[in-house]
Amino acid sequence: MIEVIDLKKSFGELEVLKGITTTIKAGEKVAIIGPSGSGKSTFLRCLNCMEDPTGGAVIFDGVNIADMKVDINAHRRHMGMVFQQFNLFNNKTVLGNIMLAPVHIALSDLRKKKVKNFFLKIGNLFRKNKKPLYKINTTKAKIKEEARENALRLLKRIGLEDKADAYPSTLSGGQKQRIAIIRALAMNPKVMLFDEPTSALDPEMVGEVLDLIKQLADEGMTMVIVTHEMGFAREVATRVLFMDDGKILEDNTPEELFGNPQNPRTKEFLSKVL
Amino acid sequence: MGSFGIKLEEFWKVFYQHGGYKRVITGLQNTVYIAVVGLAIGIIIGTLIAVVKVLPKYRLLPRILNKFCNFYVAMFRGTPIVVQLLVAYYVILPLIGTNLPALNVCVLVFGFNSAAYVSEIMRSGIMSVDIGQMEAGRALGLSYGVTMMKIVVPQAIKNILPTLGNEFIALIKETSVVSFVGAIDLYTAFKDIGNNSYEFMVPYLVMALIYIVLVLLITLLIKVMERSLRKSDRSH
Ligand SMILES: Nc1ncnc2c1ncn2[C@@H]1O[C@H](COP(=O)(O)OP(=O)(O)OP(=O)(O)O)[C@@H](O)[C@H]1O
Ligand SMILES: [Mg+2]
Repeated sequence: MIEVIDLKKSFGELEVLKGITTTIKAGEKVAIIGPSGSGKSTFLRCLNCMEDPTGGAVIFDGVNIADMKVDINAHRRHMGMVFQQFNLFNNKTVLGNIMLAPVHIALSDLRKKKVKNFFLKIGNLFRKNKKPLYKINTTKAKIKEEARENALRLLKRIGLEDKADAYPSTLSGGQKQRIAIIRALAMNPKVMLFDEPTSALDPEMVGEVLDLIKQLADEGMTMVIVTHEMGFAREVATRVLFMDDGKILEDNTPEELFGNPQNPRTKEFLSKVL
Repeated sequence: MGSFGIKLEEFWKVFYQHGGYKRVITGLQNTVYIAVVGLAIGIIIGTLIAVVKVLPKYRLLPRILNKFCNFYVAMFRGTPIVVQLLVAYYVILPLIGTNLPALNVCVLVFGFNSAAYVSEIMRSGIMSVDIGQMEAGRALGLSYGVTMMKIVVPQAIKNILPTLGNEFIALIKETSVVSFVGAIDLYTAFKDIGNNSYEFMVPYLVMALIYIVLVLLITLLIKVMERSLRKSDRSH
């Protein structure tokens, strides 16, 4: 699903990713572990080009999205991302947060179709063989209503439907992060990218967020998770990448990587965190 | 004190019986109109300039736009507004050969002028919004512009509301120069009353009082707006 080929990223002089090659297949749950500053976040953020790679390729659904010429926004719609700091929109209610992107995108697609049809109709006036118009089987109101129903269904799933009209500033960290997760889910992504989703949480709220991620994993969602929660990585991941100094030093099943690490750096790291 | 009583009477005669108050009302309306519409134009153009200024500058187009915006801001902040008004009315309008009423010229000049100031205020407001807000929007597949306008700018405006209020008050005060191109504002209205009654003490005193009340009202209005905005954060 995502093929990463010799991915490189530098910030000015500082080379943070020094050539990463790996493939994330549909249904895989890949955990990325490694010491602080090793480039885990940068790698994850290159997967949806939140950071533009300075070298190599990221091929998502057959398209190299690292190429500056592709419409990155269109591809990002299929990749959900969850941040350490939640990043809920502060000026929107919970419902507004979840509905914003789906509604905006559906409306702008609708608008584009209408404009195209308008020009097709004008063109057809002068054509013998009339060109078919784009089918429009929705309306503005319908789009909003559907997005709303979907948002409420997702909220219900995490038991927060009573918070639909609340603003983010009134929520706990765990609630914010779970809403950030379903906000990403509302776009029906093919893959979810998590960057230390529980690191900014009070310990008592880590569980509720990890439980939700686990549920998604069980439902077959493809995911890439940067995490310091080794227990979680071992339990949920189908594959673990150990990163250090901008490279993947070890890539294995969790049983092998945690139980029988091969690289001395992996051993050293695990002995510190376990 | 007796002479003040006479002055008061003179003023009242011109202000009320001779209909000077009509001119004062027109002046007050114009003052508020120029400031309100000027600020609205200022916010729209100022926001656009601010967005250009915070745009990533890898490509050529944002760099060119940025240069232009810098020039714009330097020009409008570097010259007195009276000069801008005079140049607009007596140089630019005749050159392009159009005839606009003085009031409309004033509104435009005040709008363009305040855009320069608002752009700086707005830029610091945009910078004060957490970068994570933009990232979250982009990660959902929204474009830079859409995220900016729907997420970042509304939060920026909330942060800078008190400063925008000050800009509004500054505009109200500066409208007193529009008489240079012959528009009627509070100052011209009271100056005319003074000329007609041969007496300036009371007219200018009343004028000062009106300005003070106006500014106090605006200050109050901003406080109320801020409070209601803050409440929207806490609902539930
Ligand atoms: N925008 C940036 N500009 C300059 N340097 C950056 C930027 N982002 C990251 N870096 C640098 O890149 C290196 C790798 O950072 P990264 O955030 O990817 O590490 P990490 O493995 O996620 O660490 P942590 O576990 O602390 O989150 C660090 O040295 C960091 O200072
Ligand atoms: Mg990180």
